[in-house]
Amino acid sequence: MKWIKKHLLLFAALAVLGYLLLPNVVVAVFSFNSPRGRYNYEWNEFSAAAWLDPCGNPGICEALGLSLRIGLTASVVATILGTLVAFALGRHRFRGRSATNLLIFMPMATPEVVMGSSLLTLFVMAGMPSGSLNITIAHIVFCVSFVVVAVKARVSSLDPRLEEAAADLGANPLQTFLRVTLPLAAPGIAAGALLAFSLSFDDYIITNFNASPSSITFPMYVWGAAQRGTPVEIFVVGTVMFLVALSIVVIGQILSSRRERKA
Amino acid sequence: MAENPSGDLRLVQLSKEFDTFTAVHPLDLTIPQGEFFALLGPSGCGKTTTLRMVAGLEEPTSGAIYIGDTDISEIKAFKRNVNTVFQNYALFPHMRILDNVAFGLKRRGDKNAMAKAQEALELVELGHTAKKKPNQLSGGMQQRVALARAIVNRPDVLLLDEPLGALDLKLRRQMQIELKRIQADVGITFIHVTHDQEEAMTMADSVAVMNAGRLEQVGSPAELYDRPASTFVANFLGQSNLLTSRITGDAGEGLSSADCHGYPILVATENIPDGVSDVFVGVRPEKFRLGRHGRNQLKGTVTDDSFTGVATQYLVRLPWGFEVTVIQPNDGSPRAKVGENVDISWEPGSEFILDASQDEDAGMLDTGLRHG
Repeated sequence: MKWIKKHLLLFAALAVLGYLLLPNVVVAVFSFNSPRGRYNYEWNEFSAAAWLDPCGNPGICEALGLSLRIGLTASVVATILGTLVAFALGRHRFRGRSATNLLIFMPMATPEVVMGSSLLTLFVMAGMPSGSLNITIAHIVFCVSFVVVAVKARVSSLDPRLEEAAADLGANPLQTFLRVTLPLAAPGIAAGALLAFSLSFDDYIITNFNASPSSITFPMYVWGAAQRGTPVEIFVVGTVMFLVALSIVVIGQILSSRRERKA
Repeated sequence: MAENPSGDLRLVQLSKEFDTFTAVHPLDLTIPQGEFFALLGPSGCGKTTTLRMVAGLEEPTSGAIYIGDTDISEIKAFKRNVNTVFQNYALFPHMRILDNVAFGLKRRGDKNAMAKAQEALELVELGHTAKKKPNQLSGGMQQRVALARAIVNRPDVLLLDEPLGALDLKLRRQMQIELKRIQADVGITFIHVTHDQEEAMTMADSVAVMNAGRLEQVGSPAELYDRPASTFVANFLGQSNLLTSRITGDAGEGLSSADCHGYPILVATENIPDGVSDVFVGVRPEKFRLGRHGRNQLKGTVTDDSFTGVATQYLVRLPWGFEVTVIQPNDGSPRAKVGENVDISWEPGSEFILDASQDEDAGMLDTGLRHG
């Protein structure tokens, strides 16, 4: 009884962790299934077929490739724009600053259905045919807000005296930015970029509004496939995505803890 | 640098106005090359703004800043041969200590940057910390790194903005001695901004006292203490007893007679400001003595005493109700008790005399305690 009391926190933590990880475990396990019918919902027998040929299902790797391309483009552009906005908002006092602050949050607060449909309206009025370009632009719009939030938090916690110290020591404005400001803001920028990528990769609703039959992203592919059956390859891709994200986090942790120990 | 004299630092009619107030009224100040100079004043007096204008971090509203014959007021901060030790050190947290110190040298493309930086770290006795990050060092160590980072560039002028403000008392005393030593070693002009009068007096060759954006007085610590030019300086530097008096006439031998609340006293004529007869006769607490030892004598009652080891500090109430502070050194002479009636005395000439038309409480930290 006493032992249980003492380790209650550990049990709670494990339970929460299990709750969070269970879906991923199921996906990983079922990626080795050889389903009886078209739906991969019941365990039948072990098979590594899907792992050996993840592109086996027609269209899946094209969809994955498109999602990665859009995700990369959108997160790079959104990170650059968002970082610039965050510096402006975090560093300077100008007319319309609070209005800008508010507007930046709008995409985060707007329901995705509203944003997706209004963007579609906009694109149609502008005469831009639906497709991956429109999807990328739409993703940039909502990713920018998240980047701004992540970077601004970092920028406003930066000590302006560090930049003064750099100038005092003979660094011109460009050198000051590259050697002092940017390295210090980097963790916020990296966090914003990762967030932007995962939001873009993940998005279904806004994407669906602005997609054409030739621009099927991975979430759209999964959704479409689920109507007719669930190919095991989806589970493989899901597992790989999870492992990639996990290893990025783990590597980051190891690097930062090693740096701390070395220093 | 001694072999390449850069010249004195001169501020000419330098001023700074912000949107809502004037931080620095036009001021003129010359700081001789190689001097340890202190800018002293209460917070908000404009001393840091003045320093930041010299560093180039603040643009003057008017006036000019010269080093030697060169006007540097239009030169950007990063091109000025002036370095600053910031109040909270402002070390770059993402760089190693050595890279912090080498930062300035590398910006000018010095090929020996790393070796010189290591040498500068040795100067502040922190050579062993070169590979660490700033947050792994204590406050005192970070302070010394900040100093090394500035000095290594051999600036014409080194600015120190309350550099010891964040350190505890003991470390502060240690660093004061250390700073003096380093300044003597490198021979660079140091301008030290502080609100701590004791720090300014112990460290600096000359002190400029600032108040409300204006210079009150410039001089050596002894000049400022013994001959303050205003009640502000008198009260801000150490303790003062200001006796309201009226000069009544000449008493011969370089002395003048004065009337202090009906009691006759003598003062040195040379101390009297020109054309003034209503004055404050200022006597420092240690110039007073208990007993009839000096030519000026007053009677009073001890209302408080505190023994500090080196000395005893008394509060003595004079007949008209004014309380003066008297410091009696612990030299074996008999100590007085609270409630005892005593004579206090002082020698004419040990006083300073100020025009009585100014606020006698200016510059006092514990305002409202003493009125007379």
